[in-house]
Amino acid sequence: MPKISQKAIHKFLRHDKNFPHVWCPGCSNGIVLGATIRAIAELGYKKDNIVMVSGIGCSSRMPVYVDFNTLHSLHGRAIAYATGIKIVKPEMKVIVITGDGDATAIGGNHFIHGARRNIDMTVILINNNIYGMTGGQYSPTTPYGDRTTTTPYGNIDPVFDICNLALGAGATFVARTTAFHVIEAQSFIKQAFEHKGFSLVEIISACPVIYGRLNKKGDASAMMKSMKENVLPIKAFEKLSDKQKKGKQKRGIFVNKIRPEFIEEYDKLIKSLQDEKGRK
Amino acid sequence: MSKNNTLKKRKTVLMQGNEAIARGALDAGVNFYAGYPITPSTEIAEIFSYELPRRGGKFIQMEDEIASISAIIGGSLAGAKTMTATSGPGFSLMMEGIGFAKMTETPCVVVNVMRGGPSTGLPTKPSQSDIMQARWGNHGDAPAIVLYPNSVMESYELSIRAVNLAEKYRTCVILLSDEVLGHMRETVNLPDLSKIKIISRIKPTIPPEWYKHFPENPKYPMPMASFGEGYRFHVTGLSHDEKGFPTNKAKEISRMMERFRKKIEYYIKDIVQIESFFMEDAKIAIFSVGITARAAKEAVMKARKRGIKVGLLRPLTIWPFPDGAVKKYLGDKKAIIVPELNEGQLSLELKRVMGGIWNYEIRKTKNIVELHKNSGELITPEEIFQTIREVK
Repeated sequence: MPKISQKAIHKFLRHDKNFPHVWCPGCSNGIVLGATIRAIAELGYKKDNIVMVSGIGCSSRMPVYVDFNTLHSLHGRAIAYATGIKIVKPEMKVIVITGDGDATAIGGNHFIHGARRNIDMTVILINNNIYGMTGGQYSPTTPYGDRTTTTPYGNIDPVFDICNLALGAGATFVARTTAFHVIEAQSFIKQAFEHKGFSLVEIISACPVIYGRLNKKGDASAMMKSMKENVLPIKAFEKLSDKQKKGKQKRGIFVNKIRPEFIEEYDKLIKSLQDEKGRK
Repeated sequence: MSKNNTLKKRKTVLMQGNEAIARGALDAGVNFYAGYPITPSTEIAEIFSYELPRRGGKFIQMEDEIASISAIIGGSLAGAKTMTATSGPGFSLMMEGIGFAKMTETPCVVVNVMRGGPSTGLPTKPSQSDIMQARWGNHGDAPAIVLYPNSVMESYELSIRAVNLAEKYRTCVILLSDEVLGHMRETVNLPDLSKIKIISRIKPTIPPEWYKHFPENPKYPMPMASFGEGYRFHVTGLSHDEKGFPTNKAKEISRMMERFRKKIEYYIKDIVQIESFFMEDAKIAIFSVGITARAAKEAVMKARKRGIKVGLLRPLTIWPFPDGAVKKYLGDKKAIIVPELNEGQLSLELKRVMGGIWNYEIRKTKNIVELHKNSGELITPEEIFQTIREVK
């Protein structure tokens, strides 16, 4: 189990007037918040030195509850706002909390370009397969055939594989896990924080009140159980036959590599210009 | 972009309008620029990309205009003085960010080098058709500070002023220009750096637990901490209380909305700048802004030579609209000619202000004569002069 005690989490929360939180019973967002805080506590980061940026959506409500520098920005734009902050204050740890609709639909452009630039920030993407805050419309990760309030006859749109999208765009740390595998989630988040460059941790989560209800997935514990059974480690997944792979997903670290980081490159540029000036 | 000009020592230089805006912003201390190329504003981004890394500042070309305004707001929250520049279509995209900057009271400057519209319109032709968008473009109620120069020298000066006003009143300031003003070259006497008045946001000195990112009293100074300075504040686009946390309480929401309005209203005398030219004894007035006001000035001189008593009133700050100056200078005129490169945006606002006066106070003024051009061409001094003769 994590070395950080449950009580320690409270040091990182804002208790003034922001609770109770907006999340429904059974929602996985709190689990991700807990894993994120424990990862931060384990790494011993200073609260003053962390900036948490989010867009709009259920997951994006997270920054209001935590005692860091926090920015609840506009729908899809979290990575663009975070880019500005990181460029101006490179010494700060920039964490982006986003969801499937926020990051891959309205914010898809900012997501891929952040990954391409390899700007140093950690994106924690909570993927609940639906737009929860607006009452349950289909997102780019709603599985084929599923019911939402805007797919009353079943979804005919193919899904985004978010990790593949990040890999294709050039992210240098890409991992996926679920809200059920909470210790693994904490470990991946920790590794992502320590990574220099654009890091993505996709956390598959449960939305029992909207997505689960509309699709008869059962209650929160049933959805958790389904995550345990259907999201397998990379090696175990590869062993399956094509038929068995249907409806299942991989979890694990897909890439962890080093590539020139945007701000480091820019600092080099500034230095070379100053050296040139000095020579003159 | 001419490298020579941007690197030359300070003196009288031949400079382009866009270059003057970039130079003014650099002199005012802008150290972070995020932008996206668009005609006719691109030179501004080019100059920043060249100059900023040499001065230890940073430039980034983002993936679109929405990302550009988002990045400069983020950069400003982290403590930088920031700017972006665009034109019509990009300005439309930036509206959500402009609203966010006003809501979160984050200083930043957006330059809009106006071109013909709607839509892609006339990328290489001037226009003044974003006057209303600059005021009412973002959804929701929030006042705007919008400046509009009419020469290259003034582009330089108002660029500095835009940055200063943004920092002072903690809001997004819009600097308008147009395709002709942006691309024409004039001599500019650059003032000595030590003589330029530079305003930077006031930093809080109180302990973090007392700090309110949005103080109740909208009086200057309004201290503003940056991320990473130990204040750990929350910023949201939702309606919020003084600490920045979301609220649904009617009282707190009204207080927030009033604050946006009052912090501009209180300081209207500091914000509004106007130029009056031969207005004292004028019977006919011309009310004009930006590039069109230059043609108007020439028309005034020509008419004066022929003994026609005509003057020019030109606001440099077009929003907040100079109601007071308009009433004072234009209330008793026989006629007001409003030449503009659109279908009547400035005259619409003028009618709003004058309507009240005419109906209830002074009935001397007979009419507002509108002179529009929507074809991407400039209004010539001759056209304005002919109009003066017609109304005389």
